[in-house]
Amino acid sequence: MSAPGKLQKALDWFDSRLPIISLMKHSAVDYPTPKNLNYWWNFGSLAGFMLVVMIVTGLFLAMQYTPHVDMAFNSVERIMRDVNHGWLIRYLHMNGASMFFVVVYVHVFRGLYYGSYKPPRELLWWIGLVILLLMMATAFMGYVLPWGQMSLWGATVITNLFSAVPVVGDAIVTLLWGGFSVDNPTLNRFFVLHFLLPFAILGVVVIHVWALHTVKSNNPLGIDVRGPQDTIPFHPYYTVKDFFGIGVFLIVYCVFVFWYPNVLGHPDNYIPANPMVTPPHIVPEWYFLPFYAILRAVPDKLMGVIAMFAAILVLFALPWLDSCKVRSATFRPWFKKAFWLFVADCFVLGYAGSQPAEGVWITVGRLAAGYYFLHLLVFLPLLSRFEKTKPLPESIGTPVLAKAVMAFAVFAALGGSALASEGGHLTRQAWSWQGVFGTYDEAQLRRGYQVYREVCAACHSMKLLSFRNLGALGYTEDAVKEIAASYQVADGPDENGDMFERKGLPSDRFPAPFANDQAAMAANGGALPPDLSLIVKARMGGPDYVFSLITGFADPPGETTLPPGKYYNTVFAGNAIGMPPQISDGVVEFADGAPNDAERIARDVTAFLQWAAEPELEHRHALGVKAVLFIFALTVLFYALKRRVWASVH
Amino acid sequence: MAEHTIKDATRRDFLFYAATAVGAVGTAAVVWPFVDSLNPAADTRALSSVEVDLSPIAAGQAITVKWRGKPVFIRRRTAAEIAAADAVPLADLRDPQPDSARVTRPEWLILVGVCTHLGCVPLGQKPADPRGDFGGWFCPCHGSHYDTSGRIRKGPAPANLAVPAYAFLSDTLVRIG
Repeated sequence: MSAPGKLQKALDWFDSRLPIISLMKHSAVDYPTPKNLNYWWNFGSLAGFMLVVMIVTGLFLAMQYTPHVDMAFNSVERIMRDVNHGWLIRYLHMNGASMFFVVVYVHVFRGLYYGSYKPPRELLWWIGLVILLLMMATAFMGYVLPWGQMSLWGATVITNLFSAVPVVGDAIVTLLWGGFSVDNPTLNRFFVLHFLLPFAILGVVVIHVWALHTVKSNNPLGIDVRGPQDTIPFHPYYTVKDFFGIGVFLIVYCVFVFWYPNVLGHPDNYIPANPMVTPPHIVPEWYFLPFYAILRAVPDKLMGVIAMFAAILVLFALPWLDSCKVRSATFRPWFKKAFWLFVADCFVLGYAGSQPAEGVWITVGRLAAGYYFLHLLVFLPLLSRFEKTKPLPESIGTPVLAKAVMAFAVFAALGGSALASEGGHLTRQAWSWQGVFGTYDEAQLRRGYQVYREVCAACHSMKLLSFRNLGALGYTEDAVKEIAASYQVADGPDENGDMFERKGLPSDRFPAPFANDQAAMAANGGALPPDLSLIVKARMGGPDYVFSLITGFADPPGETTLPPGKYYNTVFAGNAIGMPPQISDGVVEFADGAPNDAERIARDVTAFLQWAAEPELEHRHALGVKAVLFIFALTVLFYALKRRVWASVH
Repeated sequence: MAEHTIKDATRRDFLFYAATAVGAVGTAAVVWPFVDSLNPAADTRALSSVEVDLSPIAAGQAITVKWRGKPVFIRRRTAAEIAAADAVPLADLRDPQPDSARVTRPEWLILVGVCTHLGCVPLGQKPADPRGDFGGWFCPCHGSHYDTSGRIRKGPAPANLAVPAYAFLSDTLVRIG
């Protein structure tokens, strides 16, 4: 017997006892798929791909993360700074959440456009909505884990939604918190649930696919498959097409991960959680903004919460709200127009949700929220009754029209613009680390470090930096040792139980100028000089903000009177800052003899702070270039292969 | 026509294998950062060597320092202890090793304080501790006796106490690891 024959026999033996092989073949190879699916149908498999990416990156993050209020923030920063490739895994996960939602929202809108919720696919649609709800819960709890300011206050605001429930509301909230505020028990349980729910999602996805393979895929024409001439096997036609889609998608994903990893997040989340201070603008992640806008549109607490949940729950009723027998919008001219208006409305809601709840945005949000329900509850039932639909084609055996429309760019643009921008008077600077290949200037970083040490370090700590990190500034190992030894660090207790001071070692962290926050505030007129390790990432405008702030001191205009001990600053929120002007011409005599006018000193120290916040940046850019080039080549190959495979169908 | 089809099929096969190969390379390249993330992180690696000031240790005394999460025994041996370690014939040893191969300066014996049997910390560092039948260390868990060179002499342990990598930076300063 030949070797393949033997293998086949072994496989048959296995399969007759546990039919996994025939199940796989049935559902991933032979599955008869309409031959006319367009690229919008790629987003289902893309969503599955993203779920796997999130679970894998999440598992590796969980192995390094500590779910405790005192350690969570620093453990995330340890992942960013010390764990091998930790920054890559975290940024893949963090941006992966956004990418997952982009893909799933496109998938949902595709279903809305082509009537994929209509018989016989109602259950398939409902199961999909359950996945969406589980995703939202998971994403929300994941955002709490880094334990930054937005984590804490986002968790506070969202859990407080439940206090709107009559009678038992407060009891529910206390139960969710495990205390009297969002605190350690809350963080612990959110971590457990954030770990658990993705596997629940995975299970529901299996059911979703099972239901899909029972009722079979819808298609752009929305008509039923008439027979084998209308379908092609899933493999190789749609496997290769899906792989091509994943390639294109990965390039977009990589651009965010390697060059704009924080553009979809909030700078406030790089400030450690502080239960005594709320950030001025509490804004949820972009993918919740439309629902947030609906919540705010209603001036009543309970009704607002109901409206927000209703915005998703109403989608469960779509099979009844839209009873038109024609599925695809292609043959429903009015429905098609209404659909695009609805999409536009969702974008408007998202944008309104990102703006402060004042002025015109309240009105815009209310109108958009009203239209959301008007479309679903009034227009759809009316349209399904009165619309005159176009004649449907006989079968889908007609030539396939591929519409290679990729909506990533639009969504990415939305995500970016949805971020409320503050501080309009920033002086934009050209920094060496900007751009695709941007790198740090080591000499500039060394000068910046000198400024930090001689000027800033008198009041500002740098808790996340260790002396060993200074190697990245071009210092030799011995030079780093020497720098470390020039600091005194606290250690102990010794054998007598006493704390003592000793010379620093490269593995030590930068010592803080004050023993604790209270001492720092007492010495600075009640204002706490913030830790500078993450200051560039923690402020909207980043390095431009920091540079503008330290050079932004001026005489107060005209009538302005400042509180005692405050200084006028054009950039600082409220203009009255506790920090006196520090940077002036010649305040530092650079070791390398570089020019030391105030502006250059400010630029150099900003560069140093930028490096302190993002020490992985150079590595990130270099790896990103390689990754994108590689994925591009792979995608071209998949595209060529797809053309070959599909040549006989087109 | 038939020739065309065969040509097409060949090109398709080539593209299939090319895409699969490149995809496999890409997958392997992605696996590495994840596996490597489980290796010791930079902050852990930064503590992989410790410098110890030997000046306060008198002859006959020993100190224990923590290195990579484990105890390291540093004993300043007396002339008698050194002589005892040197005098043992290699044939008497379970894990034959001359004393000279276990020290760089005979006065200073530096050992990883973990019994080679099942990982307990042997006694013998403090003056009041039992030092076993051979004047070195005694592991109370299963009764292993080590001599003044940290070599296994009696009991279940299979090997001598390990000697960590170390270097003298000066007469009174040693870097372990």
